[in-house]
Amino acid sequence: MITAQLDGILPVNPSPELTERKWWDYFTFNTDHKVIGIQYLVTSFLFYLVGGALATAVRKELSTPEVDFVSRELYNSLFTMHATVMIFLWIVPAANGAFGNFLLPLMIGARDMAFPRLNAIAFWLIPPGGILLMSSFLVGAPASGWTSYPPLSLMNGKWGELIWILSLLILGTSSILGAVNFITTLLLMRRPGIGLNNMPLFCWAMLSSSALVLISTPVLAGALILLCFDLIGGTSFFNPTGGGDPIVYQHMFWFYSHPAVYIMILPVFGLVSEILPVHARKPIFGYQAIAYSSLAISFLGLIVWAHHMFTSGVPGWLRMFFMVATMVIAVPTGIKVFSWVATVWGGKLRLNSGMLFAMGFVSMFVIGGLSGVMLASAPFDIHVHDTYFVVAHLHYVLFGGSVFGLYAAIYHWFPKMTGRMINETWGKVHFVLTLVGFNLCFLPMHKVGLAGMPRRVAEYDPQFAAINLICSIGAYLLAVSTIPFVINAVYSWVRGPKAGANPWNAISPEWQTLSPPPIENYLGEPPFVPDPYDYGKDYNPGKRPMSQVKAADLWR
Amino acid sequence: MNIPTNIATLIVGVLVTLISFWVGQHHGLLPVAASVNAPLIDGLFDTMITLSVGLFLLVQGALIFALFKFRKPKDDETDGPPWKENLPLEILWTGIPAIIVLGLSVYSFEVYNSIGGLEELAMQAHHHSMKGAAIAAPLNSTSQSSPTEPRLATIGFTAPANVKGTGVTVDVTGLQYAWIFNYPDSGITSGELHLPVGQDVQLKIKAMDVLHAFWVPQFRLKQDAIPGRETELWFKPTVIGTYPIVCAELCGSFHGAMRSQVIIEPQSDYDAWVQQQLADSAPSDHPTIASAGQSQSAETRLAPRLAEMGISELTLAQVHPHHDG
Ligand SMILES: [Cu+2]
Repeated sequence: MITAQLDGILPVNPSPELTERKWWDYFTFNTDHKVIGIQYLVTSFLFYLVGGALATAVRKELSTPEVDFVSRELYNSLFTMHATVMIFLWIVPAANGAFGNFLLPLMIGARDMAFPRLNAIAFWLIPPGGILLMSSFLVGAPASGWTSYPPLSLMNGKWGELIWILSLLILGTSSILGAVNFITTLLLMRRPGIGLNNMPLFCWAMLSSSALVLISTPVLAGALILLCFDLIGGTSFFNPTGGGDPIVYQHMFWFYSHPAVYIMILPVFGLVSEILPVHARKPIFGYQAIAYSSLAISFLGLIVWAHHMFTSGVPGWLRMFFMVATMVIAVPTGIKVFSWVATVWGGKLRLNSGMLFAMGFVSMFVIGGLSGVMLASAPFDIHVHDTYFVVAHLHYVLFGGSVFGLYAAIYHWFPKMTGRMINETWGKVHFVLTLVGFNLCFLPMHKVGLAGMPRRVAEYDPQFAAINLICSIGAYLLAVSTIPFVINAVYSWVRGPKAGANPWNAISPEWQTLSPPPIENYLGEPPFVPDPYDYGKDYNPGKRPMSQVKAADLWR
Repeated sequence: MNIPTNIATLIVGVLVTLISFWVGQHHGLLPVAASVNAPLIDGLFDTMITLSVGLFLLVQGALIFALFKFRKPKDDETDGPPWKENLPLEILWTGIPAIIVLGLSVYSFEVYNSIGGLEELAMQAHHHSMKGAAIAAPLNSTSQSSPTEPRLATIGFTAPANVKGTGVTVDVTGLQYAWIFNYPDSGITSGELHLPVGQDVQLKIKAMDVLHAFWVPQFRLKQDAIPGRETELWFKPTVIGTYPIVCAELCGSFHGAMRSQVIIEPQSDYDAWVQQQLADSAPSDHPTIASAGQSQSAETRLAPRLAEMGISELTLAQVHPHHDG
């Protein structure tokens, strides 16, 4: 028997010192993956508020066609910092660091990550990296966009740019250390009986995402170091006045930064694949298809980077290669979307806040996916590249996708992380405000982009004024929508009703322990869950094999 | 799951198809199509909108339907049906998107080829490095180089071989924060782009300082201007009018103000404009002085902005051609 090997790891009734965390543990160099996960989540959420404030300032400037709120220089810094904070300090650490750390060991029946100290170091690089980045406002923040293309990035303020490079190197190092830990833990520390083909899908997503981090982040680091030499050492790797080639920087930058999109969305795909079955009370539809499509996306994500450069210094034949490769990604992505819809279809949906955000994720991500296929088409991209159409697309993927999914995950695992239930009514208010604000802000941007409004401008053609005002109102609503969430989360964490071990009656392993889990994760041996999505055991209306169910049955 | 035969499903299918096609034809999202390429790209966009609206309606429809139809009944704590997979269904939703993106790839390739994006494959490209050199050399020298001189492989869009060399060639220079247009055949320099309708136009695009991007939304064309490297755009304007030229690549604090316009006019008006420009600049033998008299010269048009942007007279004089010898 598999279980026999695990006897005697922990006493069945350990003392409270082994099961409970003190509040101050969360402010220390702690090596417990659950503490680190929550440290990542709270820290990155604070930076999300900073990034949101920067975005609100950007939208305030854009509510009129003239430059009337901040200076042109500051405006460029605002959107540069907004993107940098949201990507490197919110979505990447929240999707990978926070949920990867909190959930993976619980899901595979491990007591901690493979390298706990490395894990703590990875987290503790984030606050200094973030504070360093913020400090650039004191010396003139970077203003060359988060892409930081030379030669412009070599000509704007030197100190702001240097700080931007250094903080990204720190945050990239953190990301790499995390990925090493995730891959090692997933491959070597699974409880006996948990194979690659019955571990929860979030594990597959993290494996795919971490592989991308390991392969692509060093290339970004290389590009940034060379850029740094050009900036302070007077070299000419990318500086055309000395014979350097700015296009080489773009290739290196996007070799990381396209996969970065998947580093930000693959873990969220995994989170949603966990949440939907629990609240639909159905098995995940097409486990293997979803698992392998993560790997396919991960691989394809490495060979599509130059679709960000269709109007740049890239010859036509190369543009065609990257166009076709990008189009192909629609296939594994479509498999996931259809599988999620099939998971929901015919279920018994418990429409709580987590489920609403997860379904909202599918709904919003589809819009970003469809505009993504359009952008893959090089002749069409020539028209809309660097316009508000792209701004709309990327926010449907990274906000409608990643952020909706992260909110879903926060609501879903809140009881597990804190041991308390979060208020459902205020959760639903938060969902509705977010959904309305988000679409009001970003849907109209497609229109102005197609009609001729470029991105990254502080001033624009007055014919676009009305639509931009609508976008700005949506952005304000989005800013307001976080207020009920923050109050609800803080209040529920302290005063919410006790959750109990498994309030959702879920099957996956992380719910088969106390809430919050004891320090060693499980009292006694970790449970053996042969199928984490084994819902439908007590399905009533005459169990029939799937092959005998007609679509027509579903319409009754 | 068998193919649905239910009437309701059939009606939904027909409705989704009809709505998709209607939206594909009536979305009205794009500005005037003013070049010979634009209708090709618009056709591609209409096709993608049609497909997207169809898929959008299917997925959103299914989600919203599920939201109401499959909501958990009160007091029902049982699970839903244990459906885990369905191979025919999964093959269907893998195969159909695969066929769609394959079709879109071929269609996009065809369009890309016919707007001149792949002409460099047909040419004998000589790889002659002009990195760095272009910055130091007079900026209009490359376009006036003799045909025997080797040149860098084209990046951007080039005229097909049969129309090459006909029509108008314009050297375009992007600098913080203006576009300068130089007509090598006549020696005219202007801050606005005047072009005769129905003629092939070849733009040779350079950048003085940082990256810029030349974009005319009504032509559906965009190409980055890259320091140290020449890029090209080819098109044939078809509709008389005045359209914005927009810089689409972040180039500094006045990026949003880096705009000009392209005036597409009948051949006679264009010829008159050329004559006027030549007459204005003829009496002088010094380009910087000459420019003061040009009604639409870059210097005049930009004058109010120059001080604000910190562009010196000298910078502008550099891009001004020394056609007087
Ligand atoms: Cu520019």
